[in-house]
Amino acid sequence: MNSRYLRYELLRTVRNRRFFFLSLGFPLALYFLIAESAKSVHRLAGTGLSAPTYFMVGLISFGTMGAMLSCGVRIAAERAVGWNRQLRISPLTTRAYFRAKLITAYLMAILSIAALYAAGLSLGVSMPLHDWVQMTLLILVCLVPFAALGIVMGHMLMPESIGPAMGGSVALFAFLGGSWFPLSSHGVLNDVGQLLPSYWLVQSAHVSLGAHPMGTKGWIVIAVWTAVLVVLARSAYRRDTGRV
Amino acid sequence: MTAIEASGLRKSYGDVHAVRGIDISIAAGETVALLGPNGAGKSTTIDMLLGLADPDSGEVSVFGGPPTAAVDAGFVGAMLQTGALIRDLSVRELVSMVASLYPSPLPVDEALELTGMSALADHRTQKLSGGETQRVRFAVAIVANPKLLVLDEPTVAMDVEGRRSFWATMRSLASEGRTILFATHYLEEADAYADRAILMAHGRIVADGPTNEIKAKVGTRTIRATLPDADLDALRLLPGVSSAERRGEAIALSCADSDAAIRALLAEHSQARDIEIVAAGLEQAFLELTGDGAHSEPSAVPPAEAVT
Ligand SMILES: Nc1ncnc2c1ncn2[C@@H]1O[C@H](COP(=O)(O)OP(=O)(O)O)[C@@H](O)[C@H]1O
Ligand SMILES: [Mg+2]
Repeated sequence: MNSRYLRYELLRTVRNRRFFFLSLGFPLALYFLIAESAKSVHRLAGTGLSAPTYFMVGLISFGTMGAMLSCGVRIAAERAVGWNRQLRISPLTTRAYFRAKLITAYLMAILSIAALYAAGLSLGVSMPLHDWVQMTLLILVCLVPFAALGIVMGHMLMPESIGPAMGGSVALFAFLGGSWFPLSSHGVLNDVGQLLPSYWLVQSAHVSLGAHPMGTKGWIVIAVWTAVLVVLARSAYRRDTGRV
Repeated sequence: MTAIEASGLRKSYGDVHAVRGIDISIAAGETVALLGPNGAGKSTTIDMLLGLADPDSGEVSVFGGPPTAAVDAGFVGAMLQTGALIRDLSVRELVSMVASLYPSPLPVDEALELTGMSALADHRTQKLSGGETQRVRFAVAIVANPKLLVLDEPTVAMDVEGRRSFWATMRSLASEGRTILFATHYLEEADAYADRAILMAHGRIVADGPTNEIKAKVGTRTIRATLPDADLDALRLLPGVSSAERRGEAIALSCADSDAAIRALLAEHSQARDIEIVAAGLEQAFLELTGDGAHSEPSAVPPAEAVT
């Protein structure tokens, strides 16, 4: 791995202050706004989770989906100035290019998770250490399809259109996946929700109930979304060699 | 050894035939200008030579292999026509980021020095002027320490001083045995800095040879003057003049050698007034060369070619 290339990628992300602080701060502020008042709800209807735990993971799903898709925003911005073509006439491999993008996206996601964990702790969220660890790992796995989606969007959209596209996708995935409020356990909305990776992202919170939140269905949904989006990402990248 | 070998290249975008079957062979160490008016197909050709576009038909090889292999080996440095810089890095950081991708790059400081960017090395890329951005893009191309350097209209956003130092650096890079291919629509640039020029118009190569020969072909200038009583047949016999016309009181002399022609004209007709010497725009020269008047589109004469 070319570590110098990666290091500058990370440096650029952190230096984009407005992006950096907004993408970390926004979910955090929303969390306090929503969960503070519901601090004493120990069993949120339909979930079995305390309100601070539920909303913590809800906002983590919101914040981390945004972090993963914002990888696409950076790709679109690079393409718009022709940097993508400049990189293609260098020996940088496709693999190293995507690895740098993925690591950057995941680092933003991890920072967002850490910030919300800290906020959750301050509102009384508690669970055994191994539950924290298991939950974190599940969240990171459920984010894989979003990384691929970010890459697809980054190579197909221009900077003007990717903002709304990204905001819209995150809102839709969050709404249908149950980030904002618990989905009822039956009905169309729940059936649709279960087909989305965001649903399983939110379900990872149920680790603290001693359950196996993913189940076979969850793994299949994540695997299928990942496979399809990776194929799309590859072809979007391959086709995207022209002047824009 | 050949640096670039292309045969039968064609590329269309929908019903725009950008490149219509061209053959190019460039030996290692040559400095070649790809000369042609806007829309001639220069950038499309360069995209195919660099592996950024797949030709619809035809073959390209760079240093004996496919362009992508030469690119992956780090043999190629390029400055594309369109493009800016990614933001949130200093000039030095950006050039260093690119250098890290190549197997044997130039030292970053040397690339900055050669492009005159040392003083601005710590500036953020998004704060640079257009001309400075072009210099950094040049630094990005040369830090690769490439065997083949490809530049697509590199001097467009540069001021006079920028151009001068740019070409000085190019000269020294060429003298190190690198192969250089640059696209331009300025005949003067091709003439001054290339050993050889390939002329393109409407997707075809219309001439390919030493720059002085090309210049003789397209470098016609026209002398216009007010000269009421001149005899056209006598004017045609003046040294350097190839044809003469009259429009009312004014005459127009097409000249292969306008320097000789103007001296002779003034020696014989010192009363000539309102004298103007104009270089034919490349577009016009190409249309004459290709005998392809049907395609004449209005196109601005590049300022560097208008001599008055
Ligand atoms: N991506 C594209 N889509 C459609 N037409 C294009 C595209 N790229 C270039 N062209 C057209 O192809 C022709 C050649 O363009 P180009 O290679 O850029 O010429 P030059 O670099 O000599 O100015 C022009 O008519 C241009 O409009
Ligand atoms: Mg061009």
